[in-house]
Amino acid sequence: MNTQTTTQAHAPQGATEAVVEAKNLDLVFPTNDGPVQALKDVNLTINKGDFVSFIGPSGCGKTTFLRVMAALEHPTGGSITVNGMSPDEARKQRAYGYVFQAAGLYPWRTIAKNIKLPLEIMGFSKAEQDKRVEQVLELVELSGFGGKYPWQLSGGMQQRASIARALAFDADILLMDEPFGALDEIVRDHLNEQLLKLWARTNKTIGFVTHSIPEAVYLSTKIVVMSPRPGRITDVIESTLPRERPLDIRDSQEFIDIAHRVREGLRAGHADD
Amino acid sequence: MRTFLSVLTVLAAIVAFWYAACIPMNIKGVLDTAERAGFEVSPATSKERRDMGSFGLVASNSFAIAETFSQDRPRLPAPHQVVRELWNTTVMKKVTSKRSLVYHGQVTLKATLLGFVIGTGLGILLAVGIVHSRVMDMSVMPWAIVSQTIPIIALAPMIIVVLYSIGVQGILPKAIISAYLSFFPVVVGMVKGLRSPDAMQLDLLKTYSASTSQGFWKLRLPSSMPYLFTSLKIGIAASLLGAIVGELPTGAVSGLGARLLAGSYYGQTVQIWSALFAAAILAGLLVALLEVIEKTVLKRMGMSG
Repeated sequence: MNTQTTTQAHAPQGATEAVVEAKNLDLVFPTNDGPVQALKDVNLTINKGDFVSFIGPSGCGKTTFLRVMAALEHPTGGSITVNGMSPDEARKQRAYGYVFQAAGLYPWRTIAKNIKLPLEIMGFSKAEQDKRVEQVLELVELSGFGGKYPWQLSGGMQQRASIARALAFDADILLMDEPFGALDEIVRDHLNEQLLKLWARTNKTIGFVTHSIPEAVYLSTKIVVMSPRPGRITDVIESTLPRERPLDIRDSQEFIDIAHRVREGLRAGHADD
Repeated sequence: MRTFLSVLTVLAAIVAFWYAACIPMNIKGVLDTAERAGFEVSPATSKERRDMGSFGLVASNSFAIAETFSQDRPRLPAPHQVVRELWNTTVMKKVTSKRSLVYHGQVTLKATLLGFVIGTGLGILLAVGIVHSRVMDMSVMPWAIVSQTIPIIALAPMIIVVLYSIGVQGILPKAIISAYLSFFPVVVGMVKGLRSPDAMQLDLLKTYSASTSQGFWKLRLPSSMPYLFTSLKIGIAASLLGAIVGELPTGAVSGLGARLLAGSYYGQTVQIWSALFAAAILAGLLVALLEVIEKTVLKRMGMSG
């Protein structure tokens, strides 16, 4: 695998179509200690097929921004569209699947039944449900585990099952909030590799919140560096790494350069508070 | 094996204490009987003995100690007397007999179970309302709490009188008193249980645009099961208590409560104690049954610790 050959990097053909567009986005939470500005003047465009990571210290608004995209929070100023619609409308159109830090599988349901949860709620037919469960289990390399209960699976496998659940209803956008944050580094590396493969096979647009610089650089086509108080974007880095990335790409100079720039961005965000 | 031995030791200690307590409790009665039968006791007259402490009497009349365990109407019956009475009124009596504790037990059990079903149903309905409506949360919960601060012994006669005046009698008034006591733990437990899913779980359902009722059936209700069973175990014991209390003010002729009442009218302490034990054993069996169901259900749901 020679990583030097691919210079036309990240975007697949004809993929400049904007999926998410945020303009001058503001979000203020009212709290007992007065209002807290969670997001201030955030401008960002995410194109179809992008893998966008949000990185920054706690309180920088990276999770909040993901939640705004998912219509779990509502901005107090500015505008945001998902697939050209408001996030609420996009949710009704099943535009995105959401993966949380904890797998959150129901212990009383088997893996297959857990994956069926959104399908049942959305009213898919029984036959369609079974078909889709098979498909997504295969995508996350858990074929044959459908009949197992969550407690019979390792933490990493549980998180893969939760990704399968988010993929089951075939949303174009996958929003992931520190999905591997609770796992150890070896499992994490493995899941990162798998996630890239899955992304390449499905051509989803992915929004990914992380604390880890190597994880952000390894996975992303676009890295959004954020800083706290108020939560804002300090740098947006378009990755020059090729789309296909073996794990050892992390030792290349290009990788180290990008990681360096991310670190600089994080430091700059901290300097002025 | 070690735990079994320890449990046995504690049990033996309780029984020993009970026997020991019988001696001072019953000594005066024994001495009165002995005096009437012509035995020499000290002091010789009941009047003199009245002002003496029980332990002093035991010390000066040690020949009477054995008798304190075998009186007809002791103040405190000895364990073997209660066990004998229990045996005689259960195994040795036909279950249709009016003196059979099995007969009285099943009368009380029917009211208990009916009351338990009503109370549990009501408790779950109220909890669902409280969890889904802020108005109900603020208006129902305080009354539910207040309802439990009224002594049931004061309320029970009124419930029975009111129901009688509208033509309701028989098992139902007892069941309603028992439901009155058992709905409360179910409300408290189920409110907690239905609220137990964390914010992440609720957000997940939101991303599927799930309706409130889908959230209830698929997430809240299954999550509440461990809480429900804890409440049911408290609830069934409260139900039994309610059914017994419900039998007291009516002058009921059957049921464990009626047995208690009849025993106290006629000073039949052995009968009172055996009815008490019958009630305790019944409550124990009901709770144990629920525990078995709980274990099975939670294990199948993958929720047992």
